[in-house]
Amino acid sequence: MAIADRDHVGSNAVKKTEGRTKRVGFLVSRSRRAVGLVALALLLTAVSAASLSIGSAPTPATAVWPALTDFDGSNDHIIVRDMRLTRTLIGLAVGAALGVAGGLMQAITRNPLAEPGILGVNAGAAFAIVTAVYVFGAVTPLGYVWFAFFGAAAAVTIVYLLGTMAGSKATPVTLALAGVVVTLLLDSWITLILVFNERTLDEVRFWLAGSLAGRGLEEMTFLVPFLVIALLAGLLLARQLNTLSLGEDVARSLGARTGRVRLISAIVVVILAGSAVAAAGPIGFVGLAVPHIARSLAGADYRWIQSYALLLGPTLLVGADVLGRVLARPGEVQVGIITALLGAPLLIALARRKRLVST
Amino acid sequence: MNEPGSLTGRPSRARTRIVRSFTSRHRIPLRCARLGFSTRYSPWTAFLIVALSFVVLGVAAWSMTLGAYPITVREVIAALWGSPVNPQDDFIVVGLRAPRVVTALLAGAALAMSGAIFQALVRNPLAAPDIIGVNAGAGVVVVFLIVTGMPAALIAPGAFVGALTTAVVVYLLTWRRGVSGARLVLVGIGVNAILSALITLLIIRFPVDRVSLAVWWQAGTLHGSTAADAWLLVVGCALLVPIALRLTSSAHVMTFGDDAARGLGVRVEPARAGLLLVGSGLAATAVAAVGPIGFIALISPHIARMLAGHYTSGVLLLSALIGATIVLLADTAAQHAFAFSVPVGVLTAAVGAPYFLYLMARAGRRARA
Repeated sequence: MAIADRDHVGSNAVKKTEGRTKRVGFLVSRSRRAVGLVALALLLTAVSAASLSIGSAPTPATAVWPALTDFDGSNDHIIVRDMRLTRTLIGLAVGAALGVAGGLMQAITRNPLAEPGILGVNAGAAFAIVTAVYVFGAVTPLGYVWFAFFGAAAAVTIVYLLGTMAGSKATPVTLALAGVVVTLLLDSWITLILVFNERTLDEVRFWLAGSLAGRGLEEMTFLVPFLVIALLAGLLLARQLNTLSLGEDVARSLGARTGRVRLISAIVVVILAGSAVAAAGPIGFVGLAVPHIARSLAGADYRWIQSYALLLGPTLLVGADVLGRVLARPGEVQVGIITALLGAPLLIALARRKRLVST
Repeated sequence: MNEPGSLTGRPSRARTRIVRSFTSRHRIPLRCARLGFSTRYSPWTAFLIVALSFVVLGVAAWSMTLGAYPITVREVIAALWGSPVNPQDDFIVVGLRAPRVVTALLAGAALAMSGAIFQALVRNPLAAPDIIGVNAGAGVVVVFLIVTGMPAALIAPGAFVGALTTAVVVYLLTWRRGVSGARLVLVGIGVNAILSALITLLIIRFPVDRVSLAVWWQAGTLHGSTAADAWLLVVGCALLVPIALRLTSSAHVMTFGDDAARGLGVRVEPARAGLLLVGSGLAATAVAAVGPIGFIALISPHIARMLAGHYTSGVLLLSALIGATIVLLADTAAQHAFAFSVPVGVLTAAVGAPYFLYLMARAGRRARA
């Protein structure tokens, strides 16, 4: 497979093609990457500030900082603090979760198209949640987060089995197709429930689009420990992912326990994606775009890729949210729709790259 | 003791040969040089097609007897023949039930054939028009028409145009000095995602009562099918099925790989474009008539291949019959098995999805065995 032909040699990843060597990452030295990381952190701060100051109700930019530090109960301050701060924080958490999860998935499946949306993980969690809402009337994440984890885990298992079963080899296409089929399955079951029950439809249709709005921070607080542990695990696994990316045989001969790494990564992905879906609904394509952009900036070393993903994910997601608010004033376009409209062309562009698929 | 036809001892060799040729997948070559005709004929597939045709007719007749006003099979046949036993039979059978049954049969057949063509085209048993974005293309147009309150007459042409346009766009985006099946699938997934996002946008922006209607259509329903829908399908199938049959041999050879196909004299790119158009056209016609009924296109070719082997015109027709049966049975159940009428797509999804997983598990077990 073309992707595995790359020569991953430590952190100076180069790609040998017909005698020419081409650097994989834009930032080639460790110091430059560190600088890039700092720059990304600054960009994230800027985007978050924009998220706090832009919205349907015009608030002066000067009100943002005082609203956070010197709250005085005025309308502007309430809007900034209660509404926009909440959605910004949720966006940061969900973006980080999706970005890191995408990197993990692409590493363990060695599939440049792997991400929680395409491979059906989001759909699994979403279906479990819709079922919980329909059966138990649960409407807060506390009520259905375990359903989300279970649904995500089930989807991961089914897609993996399906992808390795249909056809003789698990190419990027086969796995993507398996994911799409499972997503189709689960979406149709979701439609089943929604057709029968207009109440559920009205409750979930905004959430199902993937939205950062409509949630309070208190509801999110219990998700934080899950996310923190899973994100830490995602970063710490990076070294193992580097070894894994050398290929199954080489990794084994270097002493890596590939099966165990894959299993732990899968569990981490389930927690990250499940939490993300429980908080904000199924948001796709962030997990696809973030690792690719991170790789083009930082090279093929997963320690750097995951670090960049941790900052890039929130930047992209909160940025998409701001875009959604700007485009449809005074309303908004849900962030899940924006990421799909921006991310799917990326998928198409990736598909058109010659090396990705062989006929 | 071993005379032919004797009751003791082994059966004669002639009889064994006939029985075996019917039950094995053995294909008998039929050639006629003068007519320029060379093909392979499978008695087993032919038998299956004939048997299934009878099953379809039987189920159709039975389905037309059910309803708020029960009618016996004999009265149904009499009404269809033009000499109804009771005067209201004519209206009920010919006016209401027959169009719905015919629409169900043809929609199922069209979807199944479309699925078979796509699976041969992409060389992957998981391919289907739903996945490539054809259904989503139709969906965007129709959901827009429904939630903005446009006249219902526009729905069918809108769906058709949406589906076909999407297929063409996917093909053009895949084109890169030729079209590869794998790339087609990936581009299709991307286009599908964009269109689904647009549908979600529409579902969110409009009031719930209109949106319910759109979601209902999105599930695929035969509710209110008229003779117009049936005729649309008849015309569509009549135009497209002969082309599909002609392209079958090319499709079959292409499943061995592009290079092998070229070596065997198949013009790969034109054949692929033609197959894509025909497959999308069939799916578009079905979606225009009844909405995007899921899983028929995915499952029917699997069942047909399990019964009769790899892709040939016989298998194409067999999957059409299987699709027709499934949709008809599902629609009958959707109408009568519950207290209220349910969209047929809901049933095909509920039942089809687990059945599909079961099929894949079986195929996987067989492949590994």
